[in-house]
Amino acid sequence: MAVQTTKQGRLNSAAELETLRQEIKSATGENPRLITICCGTGCLAYGGAKLAQAFRDEIETRGLQDKVGVKTTGCHGFCERGPLVVIRPENILYQRVKPEDVGDVISDTIEQGKVVERLLYTLPGTKERVTYEHDVPFYKKQMRLVFGANGYIDPTLIEDYIGVGGYTAMVKALFSMTPDEVVSEVKRSGLRGRGGGGFSAGAKWESTREAHGGLKYLICNCDEGDPGAFMDRSLMEGNPFGILEGMVIAAYAIGCHEGYIYIRHEYPVAVKHAEMAIAKAEAMGLLGDNILGSGFSFKIKINRGGGAFVCGESTALMASVEGRIGEPRAKYIHTSEKGLWDRPTVLNNVETLANVPLIINRGAQWYSSIGTANSKGTKIFSLVGKVNNTGLIEVPMGITLREIIYDIGGGILKNKKFKAVQTGGPSGGCLPAEMLDLAVDFDELSRAGSMMGSGAMIVMDEDNCMVDIARYFVSFLEGESCGKCVPCREGLKRMNQILERITNGNGRDGDIELLEDLSETLTWGALCGLGGGAANPVMSTIRYFRDEYEAHIKEKRCPAGVCKPLITYNIVEANCPGCNLCIKACPVNAITSPGKKMPVILDQSKCTKCGACYDVCRLNAVEVR
Amino acid sequence: MVKLTINGREFQAEPCDTVLTVATRGGINIPTLCHSESIHDYGACRVCLVEVERRGRKRLVTSCLYPVEEGLKVTTDSDKVKRVRSTVMELLIARCPESIDVKEMAKKLGVTESRFVAEDEKSSKDNCVLCGMCARVCSEVVGASAISLVNRGTEREVALPFYDDTGACIACGSCAYICPTGAITLVDTATKRIISWPKGTADFPLKACTSCGIHFAPVKQLEYMAATAHLSPSEFELCPDCRKME
Repeated sequence: MAVQTTKQGRLNSAAELETLRQEIKSATGENPRLITICCGTGCLAYGGAKLAQAFRDEIETRGLQDKVGVKTTGCHGFCERGPLVVIRPENILYQRVKPEDVGDVISDTIEQGKVVERLLYTLPGTKERVTYEHDVPFYKKQMRLVFGANGYIDPTLIEDYIGVGGYTAMVKALFSMTPDEVVSEVKRSGLRGRGGGGFSAGAKWESTREAHGGLKYLICNCDEGDPGAFMDRSLMEGNPFGILEGMVIAAYAIGCHEGYIYIRHEYPVAVKHAEMAIAKAEAMGLLGDNILGSGFSFKIKINRGGGAFVCGESTALMASVEGRIGEPRAKYIHTSEKGLWDRPTVLNNVETLANVPLIINRGAQWYSSIGTANSKGTKIFSLVGKVNNTGLIEVPMGITLREIIYDIGGGILKNKKFKAVQTGGPSGGCLPAEMLDLAVDFDELSRAGSMMGSGAMIVMDEDNCMVDIARYFVSFLEGESCGKCVPCREGLKRMNQILERITNGNGRDGDIELLEDLSETLTWGALCGLGGGAANPVMSTIRYFRDEYEAHIKEKRCPAGVCKPLITYNIVEANCPGCNLCIKACPVNAITSPGKKMPVILDQSKCTKCGACYDVCRLNAVEVR
Repeated sequence: MVKLTINGREFQAEPCDTVLTVATRGGINIPTLCHSESIHDYGACRVCLVEVERRGRKRLVTSCLYPVEEGLKVTTDSDKVKRVRSTVMELLIARCPESIDVKEMAKKLGVTESRFVAEDEKSSKDNCVLCGMCARVCSEVVGASAISLVNRGTEREVALPFYDDTGACIACGSCAYICPTGAITLVDTATKRIISWPKGTADFPLKACTSCGIHFAPVKQLEYMAATAHLSPSEFELCPDCRKME
């Protein structure tokens, strides 16, 4: 439902923006009746777009256009239960909604005010249904500030963003604050870089502001490449105007007039929304020349990354923007002095910039009241892996891993035992159950041998082999190494070889020590952060799960039953009723039946250890040894 | 001028100096592999790592790139530096098990064997350590950019465009000259110059002196020199010896 306003075209002052906002508000009403359909990437994959069309068609056939609006929004976070539909203003949450359900939602909820029971979220373990979004455990412990507008606004409509208070922070900064005041506000807020480094955003801005030279650059890093991470993508897709607003404020603070958004080419919707947002904001005078008549100008260009993980590293990213090979360089001279085209440059992550309007609007004091001593505000995590509620969560810094995994995440899948959680992407460490009560912030995580990184959180259960996990991440990083420096290029290759031989049952005495030596060389000797952090998965798994390494090397045994060369599948005769399901499942005919209702026989010489029999057996008659 | 200490000794240096320059000037030996005075430093080999202490925080940095600053404390031979350097050398030996230059350098640093060499890996490798000096000299000094580092990570190699396009190469041989491990070779026969890179070989005709008939320099190099110096190609008709006699 697009809002019709009298004001078309460019806004020339803050007052004109305010008038427009009032118009938008009075056109939509204070608490408009709205069906919001999540069209984040997860829900789109579940058919969110078709569902939205079904709602629109149904409303049209019933002639309800004036009573209720339909909005396709950015990611709501609860990807596990998509497609998600929320009826506002009550915030009734319907999950796993299909086009067939649309008729019932309209007739029951919209026309009669009743909830459709079968579409509500059911608490696991009980049959209890939850009606409202904010009562669902997944949302209860969250603090959705940066994600606040996602779920309420259509990311393609600038009017929606203005309607929920968009651009108030920009107006405040441009018209009632000096650049130095903006810098000091952000500095006092304690905001730290959300992309991985955790460097103080305010300090970065300050040193770039003070750097010599008139021409300076601002870059928004949306080259999120961590396996399992999608928070930057969801922000860019779900609320691109919020990021643009943060960028204008940052540019004003630094004193720069040109900026870039570096987005992965693999994020087509994010690219599309960013392009669209830039065009719309420029047309309305909220970006570009003489923003809102303030005299301040700032232009943004989009640069698409070709998919190299290393291009998320600031200097490699800048090389890529310049049209050179995406290779990092030594940062002994900071990018705040010599960055893009050798000019002073600030590079901030999407999430960092999305925090900026909040800080300007509500003040450094409010912002720094959230979080821990040295980590302020909230952090968005992508919670994935062996956890019941996967999705994007925004939580205050200092929340414990236990709260994230058990309260928000709903615990481990199939009631299995928690084993480890890997935080911070492929260069992060794996933290064991003893660390579940760790308060999550920058310092605590790095003390524990992991890191905040960009905020990927991969939960693992008893069925995960930690040596195999380390091998997986090392092989990922080996493939993504740029190859410039010896420790990363050659070191990761050797590390991968050693981990491979351990998981293949050919591990030797001294391999753990060799891995430790290599880890030291990578940590201290590699050129950039990718190589420097690459040893974290290995070091943390050796630190917390050394016994698993030893079992592989000394006993040639994989305790989790994952490493194929080290395991055998066996039939537990006592449990096998001879149902023969496994015989049908076995692709190599390794299982035979000696007779009706007799325990089956598995021929180890034919078995390829694919695990099909194990997966198909419901009576625990196949065991892994 | 700034003051700094290297291994406890005090030094004075210009603010634009690197730790490596100051140390070398002061007679402190820091091993290097991908450093040369004639090209920009790159920081790829990590052999020149040293430990620096700044505001109480210690870390390892490449001395070829690290700019000096007031009060900097540098240690070139701490235990950590030695350990990391040794592991780097072991990794290089594993990469080039046949390279005499790598072995010799490792030996100087007290490394005689690599824990990473796999039995079946020997002799299948070239001697390239991917230091990139050849590509840098070709673009920065010669200005030809005829070879470059291609591909990423462990797939990385030095190659001509599309592995066989010698169009930009002027056969000057700077790459072979600067290569620290002899991975690039240059041979002059009676009439042609043969340059071999780890991925590909090419030959280039040599120009015959119009006076004595000796083939004295690559035709393409002479053309390139004439063009860049805005001279007539006829200036390069004679070999250096005949030119002196003229």
